[in-house]
Amino acid sequence: MIPELGHYALVLALGLGLIQSAAPVSAARGGDSVLMRVASSTALMQFAFVALSFLALTFCYVTSDFSVATVFENSHSQMPLIYKITSVWGNHEGSMLLWVLILSLFGALVAAFGSNLPATLKTHVLAVQSWIACAFYLFILLTSNPFLRLAPAPFEGRDLNPILQDPGLAIHPPLLYLGYVGFSIAFSFAIAALIEGRIDAAWARWVRPWTLAAWVFLTLGIAMGSYWAYYTLGWGGFWFWDPVENASLMPWLAGTALLHSAVVMEKRNALKIWTILLAILTFSLSLVGTFLVRSGVLTSVHTFATDPTRGVFILAILVLFIGGGLTLFAWRASTLKQGGLFAPISREGALVFNNLFLTTACLTVFVGTLYPLALEAVTDEKISVGAPFFNLTFGPLFVALMFVIPFGPLLAWKRGDLLGVAQRLMTAFVIGITAVAVTFAIKGSHSILTPFGVGLALFVMFGALTDLVERTGLFRLPFATVRQRATGLPRSTWGTAIAHFGVAVSMLGIICAGTWGTERIIAVKPAQTVSLSGYEFFFDGLVQRPGPNYNALVATFTVRSAGVPVGIMEPSKRSFSARGMTTNEAALMSRGLGQLYLSLGDSNNDGSIAVRIYYKPMVLLIWLGAVVMMLGGALSLSDRRLRVGAPKPAAKSALAPAE
Amino acid sequence: MTRKKRRLILIGASVGVLAVATALVLGALRDSIVFFNSPTDVAEKSVSPGTRIRIGGLVKPGSLERGDNLHVRFAVTDGKTDISVHYHGIVPDLFREGQGVVAEGKLEPGGTLAADTVLAKHDERYMPREVVDALKKAGRWQEDEGKISR
Repeated sequence: MIPELGHYALVLALGLGLIQSAAPVSAARGGDSVLMRVASSTALMQFAFVALSFLALTFCYVTSDFSVATVFENSHSQMPLIYKITSVWGNHEGSMLLWVLILSLFGALVAAFGSNLPATLKTHVLAVQSWIACAFYLFILLTSNPFLRLAPAPFEGRDLNPILQDPGLAIHPPLLYLGYVGFSIAFSFAIAALIEGRIDAAWARWVRPWTLAAWVFLTLGIAMGSYWAYYTLGWGGFWFWDPVENASLMPWLAGTALLHSAVVMEKRNALKIWTILLAILTFSLSLVGTFLVRSGVLTSVHTFATDPTRGVFILAILVLFIGGGLTLFAWRASTLKQGGLFAPISREGALVFNNLFLTTACLTVFVGTLYPLALEAVTDEKISVGAPFFNLTFGPLFVALMFVIPFGPLLAWKRGDLLGVAQRLMTAFVIGITAVAVTFAIKGSHSILTPFGVGLALFVMFGALTDLVERTGLFRLPFATVRQRATGLPRSTWGTAIAHFGVAVSMLGIICAGTWGTERIIAVKPAQTVSLSGYEFFFDGLVQRPGPNYNALVATFTVRSAGVPVGIMEPSKRSFSARGMTTNEAALMSRGLGQLYLSLGDSNNDGSIAVRIYYKPMVLLIWLGAVVMMLGGALSLSDRRLRVGAPKPAAKSALAPAE
Repeated sequence: MTRKKRRLILIGASVGVLAVATALVLGALRDSIVFFNSPTDVAEKSVSPGTRIRIGGLVKPGSLERGDNLHVRFAVTDGKTDISVHYHGIVPDLFREGQGVVAEGKLEPGGTLAADTVLAKHDERYMPREVVDALKKAGRWQEDEGKISR
């Protein structure tokens, strides 16, 4: 009964979506305000029904109702409750349902909080949002119905893929989807603007908070996924340039560019058409990501099942929305009023530079991700594009971008003084150069690039701080004035500085862990000691330890630093009988910002077991940096100027000085 | 500064960055990509020693030898041709004889692959696609087998 209820609720959501797609658009044409208001109600109701459907599916999982095919395939009665819940989206069907749940959530949020939007714009935005939603409702109902029943019902489920039986599954996909799908709002706003043929600074002010919110979630989602891969795959790596990872990085890069270009549009009424295009592209890349992951063209942990009809269906959605969006753009963009041009040396100029590098970097990732697929389709030749490719292409572009980050916020709008800014950045620059020299002196020159990387990261950090120090008058003015100024400073200024600081923190972590990390792969016997980077690992032995639905083989290591015990590390291998699979549970121990990392390999006949031991200095900075970035974004999001929305559209542009 | 000049600077900068990126991409594509081959391909195409390649197939039953100090030797087969592989390190959890495997490394003179990466499937339910294709090519793939994966 419950599964049918969920199924029915989803069909109803589709029905509402169809109404929302069509009626308000015609109403907006005729100026019928009553009909236009329908869109808000349907958006809220759509969310209610999708949520009901999602709850119904969750109920099936929690109660282990194996008459439902997806529950049978992906759950097990003995799993802990948390995994029963997370396995709702630990499979293709359920994760698509989560996708539309979040899509409808964003639609409902626009309906609920968009009261200051012009009625026609809001109507159009909700209609476009509903087009996307309908396409995905249809996709779920026609190709991936999560409520399909089995008769007779099996007694036991086939268990969730053990790799996914991890708290990471509870956090990573929902956050990532909030980011991915959140960009749909920017897309809908862009399409609505193109339909109306009108766009102004106010538009950017409405779009920016939505984009920022999506960006905040995506940042955290990617970082979380990276940390999960780090501790669960047993390789000690945090980013593999795997196509699925790239699929999430591309919308992030484009979204970051969009955030910055929307600022130019909002403040200076320029870069309008570019911003629209970026909004379309950002969500298009989210769709491409969904296609790559869900269609089965790639095989990875994320690809739960491969079914050609699904791939074709998603491809059709992709072509429809990306093709449709870009066609509409090509057709209507010329009717939009061009924004002004500006001097190259200015805040706007710096932001253009940012956009140029972010989109180009995104393009290289795109090429590296899709080239193998294209080549195979055309020539049947199979290649793999891995880390070396991305290090050579994405790396230099990102380094160039990093170098200009500190300049941007210090440059004035309209016409900046590059020399003046360079002088103000002198302290940061000197710190950076000192860092290069110190790193070079201490660590030697086995990689010449590393000291420069460290110096660059510190330059960006102190560059971000310079902005805050100058604006608050720290070190110059009495403390009371500084505090007054600090509280008076717009939150978005704080947000910018903090987010930029975070980027540098992540970069520092990547460089340090990558260059100075050490590793040993060795077969150890009980009572043997292995040493690495000043740590001694004494192998106590192996024990079997049963878990709720698995059996764990646990290796115990006593870790000593300079003879003093600092703790016990217990890497393990879990074997899951339901699927006949083993997973590797690495043991982590944080030492300051670095980590010790142990993961097990095969046990041999002579009683030894293979083990990987890593010492990764500063590795935590990688994810801490992402959290700092996210906090910067969140702080900026809480800025009053953003929240209040756009009370006076386009009034300012009349006062803007002639170019 | 005139409008025209500003626009020129903007376009010039964009073209410049794109050109640099294109050069980087083309350079990287030439140097850092790795071709995938089935064991039969390696034999037929006579891939020159020293080339980095990726091969896929099944770990030939009976070929796995574990040496000292985590040295592993095994043969990868597509049913027609075998390629012997040696590897130093920890093999993945699901690495077993008769199971699908992908190995990447340098081809040595004599046709042995010195692998630095060994990947196995990470789920009981499916094979790496590259392995499936290699087996299909050699005519050793039965659709029924694939059906197990659903």
